[in-house]
Amino acid sequence: MKVSRRRFIVSTAVVGGGVLIGYSATRPSRHSRANKELTKGSERFITSFIKIDKENEITIFVPHSEMGQGIHTALSMMAADELDANWEDIKIEQAPAIDLFANGDLVKGFAGEFGVPDALMPLVNMSAFPIAEIMNLQITGGSSSVRYTGETAMRTAGAAARNMLLEAAAIRLSVPIDELTTELSHVNHNASGQSMSYGQLAADAALLEPPKNPTLKDRSQFTIMGRAISRNDIPAKVDGSAMFGIDAHSDDMLFAAIKLAPVFGTKLASVDATEALTLRGVKRVIELEDSFAVVADSYWRAKNALALVDATFEASENDSISSSDIDARFSKELDENNGSKDKEVGDAEAELEVAADILEANYRVPYLAHAAMEPMNCTVHFKGDAAEVWTSTQDALGTAGRVASVAGLPESKVTFHQTYCGGGFGRRVPLLNSNVIDHATLIAMEFDVPVKTIFSREDDMQQDHYRPAVHNNFKAAFDVNNNVTAWHSRFTGPISVPGASHIPYAIENQSIRVVDGKTHVPIGPWRSVDHTQQTFFTESFIDEIANRAGVNPYQFRINLLQAHPRHRKVLEVAAEAAGYGENLQEGHALGIAVQESFGSFVAEIAEVSLNKDNQPVVHKVTCAIDCGWAVNPDIVEAQIESGIIFGLSAAMYGEITIENGRVAQGNFPDYEVVRMASSPKIEVHIVESGGAPGGLGEPATPPIAAAVTNALYILTGQRVRDLPIMNHEFSIGNPVAQV
Amino acid sequence: MATFKVNGIEHILDIEPEMPLLWAIRDEIGLTGTKFGCGIASCGACTVHINGKAVRSCVTPVSAVEGQEITTIEGLAVALGGTATSPPGLAAVQQAWIDHQIPQCGYCQSGMIMAVSSFLAENPNPSDAEIDAGITNICRCGSYPRVRKAIHALANA
Repeated sequence: MKVSRRRFIVSTAVVGGGVLIGYSATRPSRHSRANKELTKGSERFITSFIKIDKENEITIFVPHSEMGQGIHTALSMMAADELDANWEDIKIEQAPAIDLFANGDLVKGFAGEFGVPDALMPLVNMSAFPIAEIMNLQITGGSSSVRYTGETAMRTAGAAARNMLLEAAAIRLSVPIDELTTELSHVNHNASGQSMSYGQLAADAALLEPPKNPTLKDRSQFTIMGRAISRNDIPAKVDGSAMFGIDAHSDDMLFAAIKLAPVFGTKLASVDATEALTLRGVKRVIELEDSFAVVADSYWRAKNALALVDATFEASENDSISSSDIDARFSKELDENNGSKDKEVGDAEAELEVAADILEANYRVPYLAHAAMEPMNCTVHFKGDAAEVWTSTQDALGTAGRVASVAGLPESKVTFHQTYCGGGFGRRVPLLNSNVIDHATLIAMEFDVPVKTIFSREDDMQQDHYRPAVHNNFKAAFDVNNNVTAWHSRFTGPISVPGASHIPYAIENQSIRVVDGKTHVPIGPWRSVDHTQQTFFTESFIDEIANRAGVNPYQFRINLLQAHPRHRKVLEVAAEAAGYGENLQEGHALGIAVQESFGSFVAEIAEVSLNKDNQPVVHKVTCAIDCGWAVNPDIVEAQIESGIIFGLSAAMYGEITIENGRVAQGNFPDYEVVRMASSPKIEVHIVESGGAPGGLGEPATPPIAAAVTNALYILTGQRVRDLPIMNHEFSIGNPVAQV
Repeated sequence: MATFKVNGIEHILDIEPEMPLLWAIRDEIGLTGTKFGCGIASCGACTVHINGKAVRSCVTPVSAVEGQEITTIEGLAVALGGTATSPPGLAAVQQAWIDHQIPQCGYCQSGMIMAVSSFLAENPNPSDAEIDAGITNICRCGSYPRVRKAIHALANA
């Protein structure tokens, strides 16, 4: 049976391309619209994120995806504290996928309604994503939720709502507003002993003008922020009731298994589905431009039938490309081109000409898949003139827009059901999730019941957008006294996070340039983006320089960080906690790395040994983080543990290779990750500098690879310049004294 | 026909004998707490109990569980009978998961909890090495240090 091909929306290079329509910069007051659309009974929105009912139940709408980073809890704490709410009265809801809760609003539009305190404007202006790209999206990424949404929108909303409730109480009680105080979701008039709950005042307060520039609390006034409050999403995650995208279920649901072109960018040539169609439960075989899918009454039946479809894909010029070709191309690129400027200070080239000594090293890292535990999936119920969508996404609004665009529907006709995400790590942002969203939509358009498209683990791993493979050539110049005088770095691009390849160290001449690293392999953000590869490179090479200079790598860093007290402080705290410089267990070594990323400063010290088979064992990682201040210290610790283990998986085992144009790995045995047995002890020290809150989802990932390989160098004398570590054989041949 | 009990309820299903228990539980019975992670028994997200012992349901055909008692995460508290603490209806291991704030994304945790519950029944006071050998589930969020702490706390309770 042949099915006519549907129009296929080709992925665009712009984040969320095609969905930036229908946005109006001017709109009715935000919370009055929320009151029209999102309330029932006595509920009233006082400001856009805060709804209060007569019984004093306070609902906080969180406009970000919960992927385990604790964002529902952390952002609610920020709003609730400024509101002077009783945490026990707080109910947390995922904000719906409507433009009222788009990122653009959160940073700019919200400022228009209340005004953002001047001190916070720099945050708004350096948002992780360009404003134009986020206006109609709801992205959770860039470790930005607390830094931007929390510091600007949520705290301001809480403070503004508190002011409006105070004003309503002053009118009701006919007393001056400055005689009133707030505490535990009540307004109190101490002189007369009167007290009213926020619930009693909500209806009046909702009619008032929101104040411009409400005053935010000083840290000394916090009652909720700064506490290790339990996360609200955890209870549902221990009894099986938490809903993820893949859990969408209805009795009439159909299931799709899909096979996409194994070589990226090629097209489907022929399909013979005769045998597959004879299997029990199989409804249809759908042909799309770059893929085919089997739709059946169970996923297992669809997947079995898929294996029986005899299909071919068109030949492509990429069919013969393998990782060795890509490596050779990158090496050639670095040999022949000087690249374009990333950073130039002084004259590193000239310094290399006159150097007494030069150290040169070539580093590289492979492509990496995200391998989130929940395989990519999307359920679409197409109803002709409307659609419903269920999927785990880091961008609800953008994903709804994508479905609308593929299905040819107005965005207002797409109802989006947000669920918890079974891991994100960048995999579930627009463009990276587009292949599952687009295909699921096109498949579902052939039916009038919900169709759940699931990528198998193999599909997920082989159809990802990968952490880029990168090569980096370094040269360092030394003078006759062994002082380093120049840092010279050339690496394959692209640069996605400017500054990730820069170093904080006081080296007088620096030349950092980028050459073309484009291949046919799709790439995208992976937890900590460019920092993941760049920190391995820079923190390894600075270790090499320290060793060449004959200075202890810790002291060497401290010496060159005089202008960077926050880097220095986290190094000092981690070193002291790890017992650096003290007697270590025989056969163990400590390796150090430090990196600033996403507004946080992180130092990690890895304690490593070799086991009896000469394989590296990471016993313990001691981490110090300066994230300004901690909204919820337990969530901070959890994110540090998570970031370290995610980075350690990549450092030890992670490698996606290309063979004949396609990804060679398919499932966890080929793409091993850290498990219980390979998971180190982790000790976290939070350094509270009092600076602006830093990001947490990503900053612990970058330093771990270099911390481990720097320890391995001390242990064995072997310098690991390419990852993963498991590709290397070690022996205690030539240990370096731990100085 | 496949006949087996899930969380105490008998199911008679008109399905192929080779259908993996995972998909019978999720797609035929409609219990979604048990997760699909890899399909090859590598990650453990699909772990359920058969007669109290942890198995990876993604590679267990329903023909192998004919007439047996299956427990999923939804039925764990009841199956362990009377160990419920606060909040009501949780087994001690589930409560420990809240106390230690273990789940992050939470997708692997149904399987992790089922694996640990069965493991502790057989190893009431495990060493770290025994935990390493006995708990092989994958958690991409890296909850392992907290899982280890919770296991020791449960052993010492």
